[in-house]
Amino acid sequence: MSNNQQSVVTDKNNGVEESILQVRNLHKRFDISRGFLDSLQLKGGKISRKREYVHAINGVNLEVYKGEALCVVGESGCGKSTVARTIMGLLKPSEGEISFKGQRIDNLSNSQMLPFRRKMQMIFQNPYASLNPRKTITETLEEPVKFHNPRFSAAQVKDKVAEVMLSVGVDPNWGVRFPHEFSGGQRQRISIARALTVEPEFIVADEPISALDVSIQAQVLNLMMDTQQERNLTYLFITHDLAVVEHFGTRVAVMYLGTVCELAATKTLFSTPKHPYTQALMSAIPRLDAKNTAHIKLTGEVPTPINLPSGCVFHGRCPHANERCKIQIPALIVQNDGSQVACHAIEENRL
Amino acid sequence: MRDDTITTTAKNPSLLRRFKDSHLWHSLKKDKVAFASFLVFILFVSVAILAPVLAPFDPYDPSSIDIMDSELPPVWQEDSEAKFLLGTDAQGRDLLSTILYGMRTSLLIGICAVLLQCFLGVVVGLSAGYFGGRIDSFLMRIADIQLSFSTLMVAIVVLAVFQASFGAELYSKLAVFMLILVIGFAEWPQYARTVRASVLAEKHKEYVDAARVMGFTNSRIMLGHILPNTLSPLLVISTVQIANAIISEASLSFLGLGMPVSQPSLGSLISSGFEYIFSGSWWITAIPGLVLVVLVMVINLLGDWLRDVLNPKLYKD
Repeated sequence: MSNNQQSVVTDKNNGVEESILQVRNLHKRFDISRGFLDSLQLKGGKISRKREYVHAINGVNLEVYKGEALCVVGESGCGKSTVARTIMGLLKPSEGEISFKGQRIDNLSNSQMLPFRRKMQMIFQNPYASLNPRKTITETLEEPVKFHNPRFSAAQVKDKVAEVMLSVGVDPNWGVRFPHEFSGGQRQRISIARALTVEPEFIVADEPISALDVSIQAQVLNLMMDTQQERNLTYLFITHDLAVVEHFGTRVAVMYLGTVCELAATKTLFSTPKHPYTQALMSAIPRLDAKNTAHIKLTGEVPTPINLPSGCVFHGRCPHANERCKIQIPALIVQNDGSQVACHAIEENRL
Repeated sequence: MRDDTITTTAKNPSLLRRFKDSHLWHSLKKDKVAFASFLVFILFVSVAILAPVLAPFDPYDPSSIDIMDSELPPVWQEDSEAKFLLGTDAQGRDLLSTILYGMRTSLLIGICAVLLQCFLGVVVGLSAGYFGGRIDSFLMRIADIQLSFSTLMVAIVVLAVFQASFGAELYSKLAVFMLILVIGFAEWPQYARTVRASVLAEKHKEYVDAARVMGFTNSRIMLGHILPNTLSPLLVISTVQIANAIISEASLSFLGLGMPVSQPSLGSLISSGFEYIFSGSWWITAIPGLVLVVLVMVINLLGDWLRDVLNPKLYKD
């Protein structure tokens, strides 16, 4: 890690960089109780209603700075996508606040949300499902332009769509075609184009390349990086591909079971992972050069998010866990190199 | 539906051209049964529409009817008259003309009733599926209640009460509308359930999320994005429902609660001939009955073919 990188990170934590999105103590629970009559149960002579929840997000704090690409990594089911969908307002948070440029957006109605829709957009995982199969590409791309710019003339709308299509490398003459006539990579380009039609400042990308062929992944990734430069975009990039994170991310948030366990600049995280989970994750990356890397083997399975473990969610699988980890939930604590780690062992200098 | 695959080569092709290029048309040409049904259906619809031009007599005009011509057999039988191709009914009306006009009424009632069913069902099913939760439970329970009454029972009660309270004369004027309303209202849950099921499948797809992230209004998402993707099952049940509605109308007319004798539909024609079947005049019942059976059968066969074509899992070439 270079000193230069370190100073940038500390600058960010001091608030010099402009923060574009803040997520505070975000919780999301999904009610999975069965119907009213099924959920009634007799307990100690009293009839009570038993409710069951999936605790998808448990107290996530994030801050996204202008111009960066914040990558969120974690294994399947750790709540990455739920965070993305909650930020975009597709899900209502159970607790916590989301603010965009200082304005709270999680409790707005659809019409109040409208001005923010132009500034925040989303790119989806599955390019085969994210385009309406009954609309041509032109129809798909023109609709948001017309909707958000009702005063645009037909020619202006057409120009805007052509400009966006060209910028993502899709020939505007293909606009008469339907989505099923395109390959996965082309469709993902069109999805990116759709997000760009409203000229957003902030884009949430929910695993945008994981459904694509490996040879296409790099193209789409480079396209996203180019557009970031050209249009001064900020990304929240959800992925589970660590190689992509290393290539793409400014900072990385590692999630485990609905909590952020480590948040650091990409280089810091890859050179000196601190949280025991991050360390295990990093040791699992296959490397061509090092033959004798000691893999950290985690025992057991990820606990079910229905009955969350007490204390640190990772304590059952952590080799360094002690009694405190079983009782107290660790908070994200800023370390010397600017990274934030939620781990009692780090705080107590046991690690 | 794959009716738009090859069309992109030509810019803005006409609707007819698109249909001729489409997968739908190709598979129709390959399927002999469906193609024959299609031709028969088109034939029936066009002669029904052109009835005033094609029919040799106007059965609605009492002055053209002579009671002395009553119960004449079709031309291939003895004692027939050449100008009455399919014979005459008990009132001396030319059976061929009456069938043409009757088919017109039957198709009109069938199609309009299905349009009404479709409208109600789509509105209810789309809202139930899209909004979910309590709205869904409420609307679907209403649909369950509606389904628990059989169509004929509802129709008989409503039409009988109407006839009793407003008199047969007013009824005979409004019979077409009443039949459309009654059959339309009685069967909307079929549509509501089908639409709701497709909406539930569609609304979790990412293109709906993308539309929501764009800030589109609920009605725009429902009508502009989800509804077009639920059209295939709608098209299929529509064919079956048209056949059902025609049968319902025929049954009601047969029971004397449908079209009045002066403006017979196929059902009331069959019914009116039923009294004479044992006196040897079988044709008054049998010929319109045959037309009704063939009409309903070709619609059902078309629906069957459409279901296969629009279901990609049964895709065969």
